[in-house]
Amino acid sequence: MSSDSSRLRQLAVSESGFVFDPLTGHTFTVNAAGLAVLSGLKAGLDVDAIAASLGASFEVEGGEDLRRDVDDFVLRLREHGLVK
Amino acid sequence: MSPRYERPVIVRHALGGADKFGAANAVRPVRDFEGVSIAELVAAHGSPLFLFSERLLRQRVRELRSQLSRRFDDFVVAWSYKTNYLGAICEVMHQEGSWAEVVSGMELDKALGAGVPGARILFNGPAKSAADLEVAFRTGVHVHLDHLDELELAERVAERLGLRPQVGLRVHIGDLPVQQWDRFGFTLDNGSADQAVRRLLRRGVLELTALHCHIGTFVLDPAAYRHEARALARFGRRLEREHGVRIDSLDLGGGFASHNTLHQQYLPGEELTPSLGQYVEQLADGLDEGLEGAPPPRIVLETGRAMVDDAAILVATVLANKRLADGRRGVVLDAGVNILPTAWWYRHDVLPVEEPRGLAEPTVFFGPLCMNIDVVREALMFAPLEAGERVVIGHVGAYNVTQWMQFITLRPNVVLVSERGEHAVIRRAETVATLLQQEEVPPWLRR
Repeated sequence: MSSDSSRLRQLAVSESGFVFDPLTGHTFTVNAAGLAVLSGLKAGLDVDAIAASLGASFEVEGGEDLRRDVDDFVLRLREHGLVK
Repeated sequence: MSPRYERPVIVRHALGGADKFGAANAVRPVRDFEGVSIAELVAAHGSPLFLFSERLLRQRVRELRSQLSRRFDDFVVAWSYKTNYLGAICEVMHQEGSWAEVVSGMELDKALGAGVPGARILFNGPAKSAADLEVAFRTGVHVHLDHLDELELAERVAERLGLRPQVGLRVHIGDLPVQQWDRFGFTLDNGSADQAVRRLLRRGVLELTALHCHIGTFVLDPAAYRHEARALARFGRRLEREHGVRIDSLDLGGGFASHNTLHQQYLPGEELTPSLGQYVEQLADGLDEGLEGAPPPRIVLETGRAMVDDAAILVATVLANKRLADGRRGVVLDAGVNILPTAWWYRHDVLPVEEPRGLAEPTVFFGPLCMNIDVVREALMFAPLEAGERVVIGHVGAYNVTQWMQFITLRPNVVLVSERGEHAVIRRAETVATLLQQEEVPPWLRR
């Protein structure tokens, strides 16, 4: 994840979830959970640790597969060229 | 207290996403239908579920009649059976004074079987059999002839029955500001219509009293009806001058648009679709121009879609979320194009039943069929949906419950909700037994 996190560290991310990619000029919006995952990835955490932090930070109803959600989000970041 | 969890979402901002009308409209959830909660209706009748509003049906027909009464003393509104021939829907229409407009022997049988007098049935369509024509002539149905072979067949049937029925001719008018439909009727511009009239008068077996024209479907330019009415009225007057024929009925067909949005439309139907008043004004002006002071004949309209489309919704349940190869979110619903064929023509409204929460992202709504074409709605910004949640698909009253097909899944219940909130199934959901009762296994294959 180190090369990914270096790419992610280039992003400008506001507290409200506005994301600016200076490399491409693209802008994005992330929701609160997306912001938390992005922060975790930038800090170099792995998927399990990020999923655990989501569970601790949000009111999670039973049945949600947090790890699957994080994996899905990372795929989305890859599609947008924000991680390798 | 911790914030409620929603799946992490990232949405890229796209240039051109907003325009002078602003960004995506705020989405209001549709929690009930005619005062009855969607949850209650689904609990009683299942999902997916077609829901028709009796109030909206009646309101729309009354509005059309009101608009027509402002310009015409003698007019007929005929219910286009092919648009929706469920018995309960037809009954509402007939209670509101509508005649029946049928286009096949099956529809004719349905109308007669429902107790509609032949004198209040119009028979269009390009494929009437001798048996159909015999039933029609015996019961006084107004038959509109489509082509020369049918004209000759009608003469043979009338001669055999010893009757001289009154008939109409279907006429195709060119040079209209709509996509040209030339498969119905005798073309006016190339002399085919005149040829048919001469043939009919020469034989004298049938009596020509009506002209009919249907210019197309989902006609968004009301001026097209002005052209149509003017041309048809002029043709009628010319027949009177040249042949002494008295045309006492001009049937201007249907084709008024509903508030749906065609795939190729930029503006949504709610903003672009003309009002019934705008259509009627154009039609009446064209008629005045064509008649030039002559006494007006009876005016007939067979508009179906604009009467029923906006009076119905389809409730569907989310089965799953998935991520597509291009990053868009796919939502799999329990309702597909087999029960919603109009999804191929329209960008149907898809609305949540519960208050949307979370970040909207580009979403494609698929049906449950194992077919690539099963797309209910493409490219819609939509808030997160979980399996089991419901959505409502709007403007589904026209053609779906007649053109739908039993394919891969079974067709669901159709329910009518009354003005007092009563709800009843008007077409029962199919079961495997429904299918099997139509099938036979030959003896040599039986075990």
